[in-house]
Amino acid sequence: MALLADTTVLLGKELRTEFRSRELLTTTVVFILVVVVLFSFTFDPSASESRRFGPGLLWLSFLFAASLMLQPCFLREQNNDTLSALRLSVRDPFSIFLAKLSANTLFLLLTEVLMLPIFAVLYNVHILAVFPQLVLVLFLGSLGVAIPGTAFSAISAQARMRELMLPLLLLPLLTPVLIASTEATGALLDVNPALRVDWLGFLAGFDVVFLTALWLFGEYLLEE
Amino acid sequence: MGVIQKIFYVHVSCAFSAFVAFGTCFYANLRYVFTREPQSDWLGVSAAEVGLAFITVVLVTGPIWAHPVWGIWWTWDARLTLTFVLGLLYLSYLLLRSMVEEPDKRALFSALFGIFAFLDVPLVYFSIRWWRTQHPQPVILGGPGSGLEPRMRVSYLLMWGALTGLLILLLSARYRLEALRASVDELRREADVR
Repeated sequence: MALLADTTVLLGKELRTEFRSRELLTTTVVFILVVVVLFSFTFDPSASESRRFGPGLLWLSFLFAASLMLQPCFLREQNNDTLSALRLSVRDPFSIFLAKLSANTLFLLLTEVLMLPIFAVLYNVHILAVFPQLVLVLFLGSLGVAIPGTAFSAISAQARMRELMLPLLLLPLLTPVLIASTEATGALLDVNPALRVDWLGFLAGFDVVFLTALWLFGEYLLEE
Repeated sequence: MGVIQKIFYVHVSCAFSAFVAFGTCFYANLRYVFTREPQSDWLGVSAAEVGLAFITVVLVTGPIWAHPVWGIWWTWDARLTLTFVLGLLYLSYLLLRSMVEEPDKRALFSALFGIFAFLDVPLVYFSIRWWRTQHPQPVILGGPGSGLEPRMRVSYLLMWGALTGLLILLLSARYRLEALRASVDELRREADVR
């Protein structure tokens, strides 16, 4: 209960910080837009080609965007010297991670849902009929990105060349998320849409494994 | 398959050594997080480097075999991709180490990354396995119908023994180097203080 109460308060803080400036959200949306448009030059985005390549490029752009978006997560605390204060203010250090990763998942999901209609228009895919299922895939995938991403942003904040370090640590680890999300999204955007429960289960499993790891080892990540 | 089959002995034995090395690295990482002995950190970095060397041999010998047999150098099959991703993960591990200055922090953060990376290995494997697979089924312990000719088994065991020996040799040499490096660092710090 204490964990939940602390997490809610910290989540409120994360959301207030972001929505005061909305820097992260706007830059990420523009970044994804740029990537999606640039990708269209690498192949002919006709309907059948889009169905083949669309889901993959969509998730690849989400992954690249996330690896940039997650940078300030702990860097901000470090630059403002608020990490120790944050540690002292909570009963369980896991709540810091829980709040940050919930905020990150929410931000990612928000940008993804904003990008979906634009993607659908540019690449001629139909998303309206499967929208709720797509949001479920997006949610599980974003959670899978946000859990290790939040953990690694605590690591990369302490390293040199941190802007390069986070994508380098995060992207190879996210191979399973990329495969599962792309397959699940691809099945939904197909001519005969299908909800791939096996891939959704896999994504949920990935989330559970890394959430458990974060719960076990999170406190060590905050050592100074 | 002819003479190209001989590469199998090197390839499989090196893959085995690489996986043992990465397993050792995971053990050392866990041990470091809980005990904070510098020795575990030394073992971790030695195992990661040696494992990376072995996996490079695996990734080089694989395509040399595949080109005449499959007709292609590379395919995105489960085990090939897993090996590649594994190599990338431990490359990131070593890069991370070079990017953190302070020794205690470097040891702790790389150990934590190593733990996360190792947990990812089965997930990468199963995700790609469901996605597609083409690698030849395991010849050894691969169920009925698999197994080696008796003479091949002798050569394989010899090669396996040799490369496991090489693994132990490289690991202990690299470990000694890391220990020496740590004591040089310490002496240098003492000299700076004076």
